[in-house]
Amino acid sequence: MNELNQQTTVDSKILSVKNLKVYFPVEGSKKSAHKYVKAVDGVDFFINEGEILGLVGESGSGKSTIAYTIMGMNKPKEGSILFKGEDILKNNNKRSISFKKDVQIVFQDPGSSLNPFQDIRQILKLPLKVHKIVPKDQLDEAVAKALDRVELPRNFSYKTSTSIGGGEKQLVSIARALCSEPKFIILDEPTSSLDVSIQAKIINMLLKLHDEQKLTYLFITHDLSLMRNISTRVAIMYLGKICEVAPTKIFYTSPMHPYTQMLLSSIPVISKEEEELKPKKVVSVGEIPSPVDIPTGCSFHTRCNRKIDICSQKDPFMREIEPGHFVRCHLA
Amino acid sequence: MTKAQLKEDLRLYWYKFSRNKLSVVGLCIVLLSILCAIFAEIITPYPQHAKEFVDFNQASLAPCRAFICGTDIFGRDIFTRLIFSCRGALSMTVVVLSISVPIGVFLGLIAGYYHGTWADTIIMRTADVFLSLPSLMLAMAIAAVLKPGMRSSMIAVTAMWWPWYTRQVYGMASSLRNEYFVKNAELIGASRLHILFREILPNCLSSVFTKMALDVGWVILIGASLSFVGLGEQPPTPAFGQMISEGARYMPDLWWMTVFPALAIAFIILGFNFFGDGIRDMLERGR
Amino acid sequence: MNEHLLDIRNLKTWYRTYQGYAQVVDGVNLTIDAGKKIGIVGESGCGKTTTMKSVLRVLDERKAYLPEGEILFKNQNILKMRETELQQIRRKNISMISQEPSAALNPVFTVGQQIFDVISYSKQDDTAKNKKELTDIAIKAIRDVFIPDPERILECYPHQLSGGMKQRICIAMALVTPRELLIADEPGTALDVTIQDQIHRLLRALVDEKQTALIMITHSLGVVRELVDQIYVMYAGNIVEVATTNELFKNPLHPYTRGLMDCVPRLSGGGISAGIYGYVPDYVHPTPGCRFSPRCPYVKEICRVQKPLMLEVSEGHTVACFRYTDSFTEQHRQEESIGERA
Repeated sequence: MNELNQQTTVDSKILSVKNLKVYFPVEGSKKSAHKYVKAVDGVDFFINEGEILGLVGESGSGKSTIAYTIMGMNKPKEGSILFKGEDILKNNNKRSISFKKDVQIVFQDPGSSLNPFQDIRQILKLPLKVHKIVPKDQLDEAVAKALDRVELPRNFSYKTSTSIGGGEKQLVSIARALCSEPKFIILDEPTSSLDVSIQAKIINMLLKLHDEQKLTYLFITHDLSLMRNISTRVAIMYLGKICEVAPTKIFYTSPMHPYTQMLLSSIPVISKEEEELKPKKVVSVGEIPSPVDIPTGCSFHTRCNRKIDICSQKDPFMREIEPGHFVRCHLA
Repeated sequence: MTKAQLKEDLRLYWYKFSRNKLSVVGLCIVLLSILCAIFAEIITPYPQHAKEFVDFNQASLAPCRAFICGTDIFGRDIFTRLIFSCRGALSMTVVVLSISVPIGVFLGLIAGYYHGTWADTIIMRTADVFLSLPSLMLAMAIAAVLKPGMRSSMIAVTAMWWPWYTRQVYGMASSLRNEYFVKNAELIGASRLHILFREILPNCLSSVFTKMALDVGWVILIGASLSFVGLGEQPPTPAFGQMISEGARYMPDLWWMTVFPALAIAFIILGFNFFGDGIRDMLERGR
Repeated sequence: MNEHLLDIRNLKTWYRTYQGYAQVVDGVNLTIDAGKKIGIVGESGCGKTTTMKSVLRVLDERKAYLPEGEILFKNQNILKMRETELQQIRRKNISMISQEPSAALNPVFTVGQQIFDVISYSKQDDTAKNKKELTDIAIKAIRDVFIPDPERILECYPHQLSGGMKQRICIAMALVTPRELLIADEPGTALDVTIQDQIHRLLRALVDEKQTALIMITHSLGVVRELVDQIYVMYAGNIVEVATTNELFKNPLHPYTRGLMDCVPRLSGGGISAGIYGYVPDYVHPTPGCRFSPRCPYVKEICRVQKPLMLEVSEGHTVACFRYTDSFTEQHRQEESIGERA
């Protein structure tokens, strides 16, 4: 596992997560039973500066928990998170004000991430005021600039969030995240509740901002076809563990983990050339088991079509099968 | 642009309010009773009858042209006294709600946001204690300990009223604290005060206003009950409950002494309840 | 008169709002024959669900208003039926699967009880009373949707099942007694992609096996491509293009269909198009012309004032767009192609 982190020099890594475990106690279980939802169960990954890392998984795989833990909304059981080389978990899991400025998150639900009783101006002013980005008398100007950045008309500042559409709400959320001039943004399924024509707009905006503002993204999604078009590397999660990490191109042309293959073969596509990319003979079966009772051995063995005896007994290690391509599977 | 939008908003509010015709009836009753309370001296035929006044020549008269609701045993015009009672009842409501609502909302906000901490426990258990006592009993106990009168009945009703708001706001705040916009404000690094009063509070206000509008009737009723048992406004100043209890002694011969105050209470409470329903429809999301 | 199983003619469904009527469905024509599979594709708020709710007449009666149109089910107009006749249709002929399986199942009854109700409503004869027979039918239905251990599932409450399981139960309920038409409203949208894939395969297999006609409502072009034979593309209350699946993906004609296809992220990469310019129009004061005209890159004067009619461009491929009418001359098209290249 150490090689994973030694791949690149320390300087280029903006965030590295080592052996992260986040467990939640099961409500109602007896104290003696010690039952836990193992939402994140030993995750290692890193993000280089300027990268877009796609974190993909089904619901319940723990991908959002990782995001929330980085932001400090959950307390991890074990592991470390380094941001710009600094351990952010020390100091009782409290994040410093500079971390709060450098790292922003955009949530999935555009409806609930904006306060319905504030107008856009008030929403955008908050990060500007808290982080003292501009002097007080220039706040209005800064709000207008923030709207310009996401190409929303300036008269939006007097609208309330209830009177604008879902795509526009998400643009406002992005504008708010950018207000504090962050380095790193976590995007937690920012377009999954939007229509494709609006998704296209948002994604293009995000890519444009990524280049302009020299940002790094951790992009969480369940949509593999979307990830193909935007990320530089993709990581697949299953039941709190990362199964496969690879640079985007390799990931889609030669997926190794059976779960990745199953996911890819399940995607409804709209053209012949895409059809050819889908792994044949992998038929999706079964459902993701409950994270309370994780199967022994490799957690995917209950749904795997190539499982052998060892799979149900021993949890495989992450192995590098070609530069930058890591797979957690006995067969790889 | 903003002015046009304001106009548009007002139109939408009025549309939502007036969709139910009863709300409009309620609004009329509410406006009428407020006007009566403010201009009581002007509209009543015998304003002096609301004070110490005795004229046995015109005592116990049935409703007639000079006294449309009749007179009581001291010869005082019942209509005049009803209008002045209305003033008392409404001013009591204003005082009670303007004290108990801010207290209740503030405590509920704190308890809800700090859900699961000691602040939550202390505030909510205290509120539970108040809520577990029968409300009228509590008010009577408080009013009885203090010197009977308008002020002590106001204190009594206020004391029993705040926990309802605490409970309501507590429920809302403890779910709102998990909303993404609150999380986001926390993650940005906003202060506690900002989160409590700028993010969470505005989202609770519409339901608080609705409850206030619906509560007016109840406060009037509780106030009337207190004065019925003699713990409210003291004679000679008139109050609904006190007038009913006085009239009850002369039932059924002097029926007008009881029936008209009772009708007045029913009328006002009904009006405020219709009005409250309208406010609720108006502040509801969606069209 | 005609052979169609369901024939929707010029259906208009409006909703009352405070600004006036929102013309959510604006003259939809749709036909489906027995045993066929069609798909309705459109973005959220385009009226696809409202159209199907009109078919089963499950709209909120205080808000909905249907000024025009006919819905003929086996030549009977559903919109003119009495409540009792309609109940018979709902019980015996048409069933519907909704997007949210947890909302479709009643949390206080076991799965078994809910399936029994469906069976006994649809049968209304002696089978309805025989517990043993009911159980047999229900178990067979659950087995049909590939859920192991059906006896145990019958005793379960909905909250004990996962989302995918619940949707399977909904499908089982919809097809437990023979139906002529199944309306599936985004049955996989709320589920994960591997589960969605399973549900769709299951649905297709069952519909083929039982010879049920299927109307699939979805926002995903990929889903209809894999499931149905004929596709209706819907935009802002209008059907804008109808074609067989192969034809539509080979040769999309309507500018909206093209725009939509460009927006779908491809598994093969190649970036994402810029999206469709503009927003879904106001339904209360819609433009008199083509409802897509404010967003259309090829818009001409006539598009803004006149509504395009459905025009058959080739066998089984119709499109509502002036670009394909005769009056829209060859010259125009050449201008466009020059513009496109530039």
